[in-house]
Amino acid sequence: MLLRINQEKCQGHNRCHAIAPELVNIDDYGNAHEREDGVVPPGLEVKARLAAANCPEFAIDITE
Amino acid sequence: MSRSEIRQSAEPVTDWATDFDHARSEYNENAPEIWAQLRTECPIAHTDRYGGAWLPVRHADVSQIAYDTEHFTSEDVVVKWVRPESSRPIGGAPPITSDPPFHREARRLILPAFSPEKVAALEPEIRQFCRQLIENIGNVDVVDAADQYAKHIPAAVIAQMLDLPVEDGDKFRDFVHTALESISEDQEVRQLGFQKLDEYLDLRITERSQNLGEDLLSFLLQAKIYDRQLSPEHVRGTVALLLIAGIDTTWSAIGASLLHLATHPKDLARLVAEPELIPTAIEEFLRAYAPVTMARVVAKDVEIGGCPMKQGDWVLLPFPAANRDPQVFENADEVIIDREVNRHAAFGLGIHRCIGSNLARLVMRVAIEEFIAKFPEFAVADSTQVTWSVGQVRGPRRLPVRVIRRA
Repeated sequence: MLLRINQEKCQGHNRCHAIAPELVNIDDYGNAHEREDGVVPPGLEVKARLAAANCPEFAIDITE
Repeated sequence: MSRSEIRQSAEPVTDWATDFDHARSEYNENAPEIWAQLRTECPIAHTDRYGGAWLPVRHADVSQIAYDTEHFTSEDVVVKWVRPESSRPIGGAPPITSDPPFHREARRLILPAFSPEKVAALEPEIRQFCRQLIENIGNVDVVDAADQYAKHIPAAVIAQMLDLPVEDGDKFRDFVHTALESISEDQEVRQLGFQKLDEYLDLRITERSQNLGEDLLSFLLQAKIYDRQLSPEHVRGTVALLLIAGIDTTWSAIGASLLHLATHPKDLARLVAEPELIPTAIEEFLRAYAPVTMARVVAKDVEIGGCPMKQGDWVLLPFPAANRDPQVFENADEVIIDREVNRHAAFGLGIHRCIGSNLARLVMRVAIEEFIAKFPEFAVADSTQVTWSVGQVRGPRRLPVRVIRRA
């Protein structure tokens, strides 16, 4: 599973980081960046889906 | 004028679709019902009041406008009778009143101060302040959870960030009243209020510029955009924004959350038993009781949802209405404190996302944790005594609750 954050859409709401800190880093300006090139380790798939489903800006895409 | 005497628009509303007025007290009192009615009958309402204003209520329309910085300017974000003075792209309180491309520079200056890490450092002081407030309330049966509790917390937090005296909290709340609540008062009254705000800020800024510290105000005095120091107007506008934007908004969010718990004993009991659920519940309170409606001014004629918006028209951006759109949220009018999928827009959408959102969440969490730890059972004492704010920030202003059990 891959998690991708669209930098054009991310506005730094920080919802993904609150839900899945294992998958997302936040920079000094609040913008989210995927860790490990977005590869979702086994066991974190539910968190990845929730991170995407809670983004107010629809900035996160998940590909299986 | 005290807050209990806030003047509202004189003329009663005849029809919310064609003559709405967000500064009538019945608007905030009945907002979810008004939005629901508009959503099915006329999703973009209009009024001739304020020189002409629009009120979209669907998530799709609110987000489309929030994302469209070409047709909509942020030069003024509080709908009122006075027309905005043209101040693009900086506006009176950067970055909230700024447009691209300047907006990005003004925003990036202050974003790092509000990162999750930076605000987390404030938690012990916020908790201590909440505990002290509760201790000061004492062993009484009825507590005003808005007036004796929620309203004091955000002012103390921002005072700390700007290194201003916590004792100035009443002054800050008067400034908030001037900027956000007094939209229907006489222009002379409002001007006097803004004059007091400017005098206060000028005094504090002059003092600080001779004695710089580690606080956010000192930072702004030394900050640069495009290699130039900020103008005195920019510093003053940003400090005014920081002072005003976080106070009645967070106060409203805490108050609305406590009002929910005071009327939903099962939810209260669950949060007392499962405090780890509080962050999820807070997102739901933010969705269902989002306090902030923003506004834009039409910069270029545009049609939204079939409505012809003309240059100079006001447009309200009711994120709280978008948050209850059934097209985006299941059981949108139901408050589900363990709602897992919740992409609410309480902090706005697009480039003007609330800069203080991480701080607001922290303050809400600590305030609610401390209140329910001390008062694990409480209920509204007299629902006729509960009053709501007037204007674009929505939340309870009087909230007397009876303490049923104390810890």
